[in-house]
Amino acid sequence: MRIDLEARGTRSRTLEVAAPLIALAVAILIGGIVVALLGKSPAQAFHVYFIAPLSEVWSLQEVAVKAAPLVLIAIGLSFCFRANLWNIGAEGQFVMGGLAGGAIGVATHGMSPDAQTFWILPAMLAAGTLAGIAYAMIPALLRAKLGVSEILTSLMLVYLAERTLDYFARGPLRDPKGFNFPQSVMFDDVARLPFLMEGERLHVGVLFALIAVAIGVVVLGRTLFGFDVRLVGSAPKAARFAGFSDARLTYAAFAISGGAAGLAGICEVAGQIGQIQPIISPGYGFTAIIVAFLGRLQPIGILLAGLILSLSTIGGEGAQISMKLPLDMTRAFQGILLMCVLAADVFTRYRVRLSFGSRA
Amino acid sequence: MPEPQSPSAGAPLVSMRGIVKRFGAFTANAGIDLDIHAGEAHALLGENGAGKSTLVKILYGLLEPSEGQILFQGAPVRFANPEAARATGIGMVFQHFSLFDNLSVAENIALVLPRGESLRNLSQRIDDIAQRYGLRLDPERPVWTLSAGERQRIEIARCLMQDPKLIVLDEPTSVLTPQEAEALFATLDVLKREGRAILYISHRLEEVRRLCDRATVLRAGRVVGACDPRAETARSLAAMMVGTHVVEVRASAVEDVGPERLGLNHLSLPSPDLHGVTLHDLSLHVRAGEVFGIAGIAGNGQDELFAAISGERLAGASDAVRLDGTCVGRQGITARRQFGAAFVPEERNGHAAAPDFSLMENAILSRHATGGVAGRAFLDLAGARSLASDIIQRFDVRAGGPDAPARTLSGGNLQKFLVGREISRSPSVLVLNQPTWGVDASAAAAIRQLLIDLSRAGSAVLVISQDLDELFEISDRIAVIHDGFLSEPRDTRSTTREEIGLLMGGASMADVTHAH
Repeated sequence: MRIDLEARGTRSRTLEVAAPLIALAVAILIGGIVVALLGKSPAQAFHVYFIAPLSEVWSLQEVAVKAAPLVLIAIGLSFCFRANLWNIGAEGQFVMGGLAGGAIGVATHGMSPDAQTFWILPAMLAAGTLAGIAYAMIPALLRAKLGVSEILTSLMLVYLAERTLDYFARGPLRDPKGFNFPQSVMFDDVARLPFLMEGERLHVGVLFALIAVAIGVVVLGRTLFGFDVRLVGSAPKAARFAGFSDARLTYAAFAISGGAAGLAGICEVAGQIGQIQPIISPGYGFTAIIVAFLGRLQPIGILLAGLILSLSTIGGEGAQISMKLPLDMTRAFQGILLMCVLAADVFTRYRVRLSFGSRA
Repeated sequence: MPEPQSPSAGAPLVSMRGIVKRFGAFTANAGIDLDIHAGEAHALLGENGAGKSTLVKILYGLLEPSEGQILFQGAPVRFANPEAARATGIGMVFQHFSLFDNLSVAENIALVLPRGESLRNLSQRIDDIAQRYGLRLDPERPVWTLSAGERQRIEIARCLMQDPKLIVLDEPTSVLTPQEAEALFATLDVLKREGRAILYISHRLEEVRRLCDRATVLRAGRVVGACDPRAETARSLAAMMVGTHVVEVRASAVEDVGPERLGLNHLSLPSPDLHGVTLHDLSLHVRAGEVFGIAGIAGNGQDELFAAISGERLAGASDAVRLDGTCVGRQGITARRQFGAAFVPEERNGHAAAPDFSLMENAILSRHATGGVAGRAFLDLAGARSLASDIIQRFDVRAGGPDAPARTLSGGNLQKFLVGREISRSPSVLVLNQPTWGVDASAAAAIRQLLIDLSRAGSAVLVISQDLDELFEISDRIAVIHDGFLSEPRDTRSTTREEIGLLMGGASMADVTHAH
């Protein structure tokens, strides 16, 4: 018996939309089986993961706050992935953004009260974005100039970024009065992202994510640059025939994804955390890869996918507490989800045919 | 063994009965009956999309018929895959070769032998077959050093190793010089004399008349006629295929040849990769009002030349490429378009067009820098839509409107769209690579007429083609590209196919002139 994949002549629109939903359902099913094997109730787990976080205002806000960096990074990544550029290093670009912006927050700590402070937060955001761009330029340059695989370089640079942050948190940026804890001072209020509403958890970073989605829609669908990105991914030779430069696109797509990741990084540091710590990301840069693909590399899809992944992360925290399910369960589920999405993609493009003919 | 002269006597070797093949709502074969007798060369004729390939794929076990039956020597057979078809005695030589470039001839042949067959004496067996059928082959040569004709001989030898009773050939001469084609015909004559049947698919009606004893004509998935091609003319065969009279392309004599619009000036360019071709010191001048043809066998530098003229690869020197007197050798394709040039590459899906993009988006692809479909940053979607609609209407493109993805169009219709996309700009220079490759007869005639009309309106048209008939039909002058060298151009009216054929095979201009 042999399994053949036959390309489908016409792809159904319904199927293309339904595929990620079916993938989500299958992933939940597999996750349920795993939970059952762990001796827990799948029904209860489903409730804790996907229903409970939606039932209270504070946890809804938490879902939005956690979804914001995922969506922001994934929108940036979608430019790379659509152009067949495999930037796996958003995590590193996120960390560098958080570090560079955060350094300004540390440096301006305790400035004299009559000094001008309005520039501090914008400078932090700009520094974070630029650091993300600069860090993403390393794999872009290596690829465009020397043909080095960006998959390897961008991934390896993640570990370099994490070590760098760790060094600064324990060394130059450590709070001298912090009892030797490896962390910086808490930023002044002027160096913190303002909240959207007094006393709530939603900060301005959530707005950035929504703006990124809107920009993504316009740029991909309406601009010559977005046309170039889509064309390179779909038919690279046709993109050269159209007169678009490979190298220029590589730099631009990496700059966009690096900048978005860097901005997300400084938003996390200046928003949620408020200081430099040795670890500032629970793996947003990697989870955003799943978000990008689950959202079919479409801005609106990415927004929904970011919310779903964030929901499962918040739910996972609840499951740790109420069901004693390990954190690894959440990670495993997100991995299963990515595999299901990729598999669903294959099935929408190809028809599986079993042939039983024996070889002559 | 039946006499080749009366091949239809006796029971058929292969009989296809009531073959139906549907792909979703589309019926590619709508009840086809076909009998092939031992010892005959049977032509299968039809335009692109008539259902020839589908029928042959069913015969070779690559597709399963929706309905109908295949009889082999009177007994019903079902082929689950090509291995089963080969084991029964049906061999096939494809239009596109499936060879490993870095392996030797013998290794490529060994790859398709049935499992468990000994590789000892393989060279001896290859030599035997080569001797018997006049297939000159060196078993030790790596494939990438071979010409298309030699590669085809490997495919034929591979096929013959399994001693087939029926051999299917799909467009076998499309990549051959006239001389190589003659050698192929000699081989096929031997096969016929041995009592093997040949099913021959070709667009080239003169060849069919030269080689085949019978012809079956398909149109829109049905058999519309059977004839003895030797008793027909190429025009009557074409009329049978198309169902109407084929409009003959009308080339008015060139009255005024104007100044040079496209010039190449000692263009040299190293090969872009291991198996590419280096261009050596090419010069040519295409003038306003003329169609200039470049003949050559596939893989002799046509793609490299096209990329150098279009600007997809930049030349070393700025004056190596001139458009209307401006040196553009160091400028990219967008700048060259802005100077008035337009280009139609060979590969429709993936180079000239993005298959998954709509026709509207494909209109943007080559027109974004010359106005009407995009500004500096933003697309003008309304402009692109109306441009695509205009092209569809003006050039008679059968498509589901400007939103239809390019891949849903037939080869001929997509090519009409792509040629129309460039011509509707009224370019001063139009460069095309294989403009009617795999395009049905009526679309090909329409495209050729467009090229002539464009040139007569004052543009310079450069056509790179492997189809000599096409070049003789439309060009005013012809040059030959061989191994990256370009011959002196010849006036079409004062040269012959034989002369061009010799140049295509690598003879020098001196040899050719000497032979006269």
